[in-house]
Amino acid sequence: MDLSAINPILFIAGFLIAATPLIFAAIGELVVEKSGTLNLGVEGMMIIGAICGFATAVETGSPLLGFAAAAVGGALLSLLFAFLTQITLANQVASGLALTLFGLGLSALLGQTYVGIKPPRMADINFGPLAEIPVIGPILFTHDIILYLGLILVAATWAVLKFTRAGLILRAVGESHDAAHALGYKVVRIRTLAIMFGGACAGIGGAYISLIRVPQWTEGMTAGIGWIALALVVFASWKPWRLLLGAYLFGGITQLQLNLQGAGVAIPVEYLAMSPYVITIVVLVILSRDKSAAPASLGRTFHASN
Amino acid sequence: MGGRRVIRLEKRPEASRAFSLATPVLAVLATMVFGGLLFTALGKDPFVAIRTIFWDPLFGEFSFFYRPQLLIKGAPLVLIAIGLSLGFKAGIWNIGAEGQYIMGALFGAGMGLAFYPMEGWFIFPLMVLAGAFGGWIWAMIPAVLRVRFGTNEILVSLMLVYVAEQFLASMSLGLLKNPEGFGFPGSRNLQQYESAFNADLIEGSGMHWGVVAAMIAVIFAYVLLSKHRLGFAIRVTGEAPRAAKFSGVNPTRLVLFCLGMSGILAGLAGMFEVSGPAGQITIDFNVGYGFTAIIVAFLGRLHPIGILLAGLLMALTYIGGDIAQSNLGLPAAAIQVFQGMLLFFLLALDMFTHYRLRFGRGEVA
Repeated sequence: MDLSAINPILFIAGFLIAATPLIFAAIGELVVEKSGTLNLGVEGMMIIGAICGFATAVETGSPLLGFAAAAVGGALLSLLFAFLTQITLANQVASGLALTLFGLGLSALLGQTYVGIKPPRMADINFGPLAEIPVIGPILFTHDIILYLGLILVAATWAVLKFTRAGLILRAVGESHDAAHALGYKVVRIRTLAIMFGGACAGIGGAYISLIRVPQWTEGMTAGIGWIALALVVFASWKPWRLLLGAYLFGGITQLQLNLQGAGVAIPVEYLAMSPYVITIVVLVILSRDKSAAPASLGRTFHASN
Repeated sequence: MGGRRVIRLEKRPEASRAFSLATPVLAVLATMVFGGLLFTALGKDPFVAIRTIFWDPLFGEFSFFYRPQLLIKGAPLVLIAIGLSLGFKAGIWNIGAEGQYIMGALFGAGMGLAFYPMEGWFIFPLMVLAGAFGGWIWAMIPAVLRVRFGTNEILVSLMLVYVAEQFLASMSLGLLKNPEGFGFPGSRNLQQYESAFNADLIEGSGMHWGVVAAMIAVIFAYVLLSKHRLGFAIRVTGEAPRAAKFSGVNPTRLVLFCLGMSGILAGLAGMFEVSGPAGQITIDFNVGYGFTAIIVAFLGRLHPIGILLAGLLMALTYIGGDIAQSNLGLPAAAIQVFQGMLLFFLLALDMFTHYRLRFGRGEVA
């Protein structure tokens, strides 16, 4: 074993990248859950985003167009969930599972001809002299635009939820859909928009895996990150900044176990690979005692005649 | 608003029995139509594709070969789905059956291989017990965590699927690896170890012990739900949680029972599969029955008889999908999409079971 093979600067830069798909998927789901809907289809929307983004980037040669396509793909898939849960009033748990199963199948179908291809590389933002600063430069200023966009998205979500009227309405719908409805807010419309936002975010997160983190297309490549994102929302008690912290924690663990695998630690590869999932469970257990932060209407079906 | 003609949903005072029965049939038909469109988009003749999937395995030229497959593929789906349906009815969501299936297979095969090369009648029954235990213990993790700490069982049971998959990889490359396997990953083939082999009870019928277990599970679930107090507790908890509380249902016991039972059945399914049709533990011997069983449970309306029929239908799409893959070049993923679509239509059409469409002048709701 050779721990000195792990370069701390590359490690930190690496875990910022590993955390980005989680940040996108989880912040989207946070907004969805704040509106009172539980969408368990994050994994499905991510993998659809991964293939839509990958295919578009390969065909057009533009990773940015790829990310746009991923957002559209994720949002379109989430519309199916919105239709099921908001229009036909189906069970949210079952509908979310359906979305994941369907998304995994559809992505495998769409991705058949893209296995083994290298996508076009996304350029890093040129920060000029900032990137030359020792230690801080390579960690903070050598990334692509999407990574910074993720951070901005967290800040924006926090600000919108906390300071704006739109955020207040969204939270009202999530806390008590009956009261919000009585006040004249369009519960179904607001929730549908939130669900689409969640889908677009999950799609971008998925594309970040296939276009930047890996970068390659393989079937089922999201490997449970969508589910970890769901756990992350609980971990964060539905608070954007805590969510960012949690994403870095999980990004760090993922990156660490990959680095340890590379360094040839005496622990078998399989046990290192299962560690992010085990740690997710441990964290869920520690934090699940306090459920007071959950939106009160989370997971409940809304029907105007009730 | 007053003058606009609108369609409104009106909640039925009671769930419609007719629609409850018709929904799965309508969903299958809708899936065939949209699946046909999908196959057309893939450049295949939709009528040929649908016939290849649904007709040929049962009545085609080689049906003598495919019919036994129906039992082989249907048994694990039915076994797992029966277990899942108990929890789903009560709002207890075990979606990690795939992990419990893997652990059942590992424990069962491990028990058998521990005795190799000894022969004895008691080996197979011990493997059955070990398989059930493997699935049970894996399901007890989310169950105990939910009961003790209130942890969400959906996320925990799902995370454990990924843990189980890694565990499976570790076992097939390590402890359970065939020492005479020329270095290839994977265990000894249990089909060549008589005492551990889950053979067809009637040669060539596809009828192995897993099929028997699935039938027993269907009868057991039917009796439990219609006659037993515990079945009543499950139903009332799902339909009216508050009423359940007042009628003295113990939620802790219910969670432990439902998750434990579904774990046992999933573990058994894994054990019967690995000791019979699959034969050996390999890195990817699991093919997703644990997830497909979720569709089977819903398609069967969480009712034991319904699940039996839905399991056979889903087995048919697997077999037909394989045939379509080799004869028509239909991609394997197309069948996965097809199965996912089925669940969508089912959930959407289910609206008519609980609601009625009203056409008329809109009023301010």
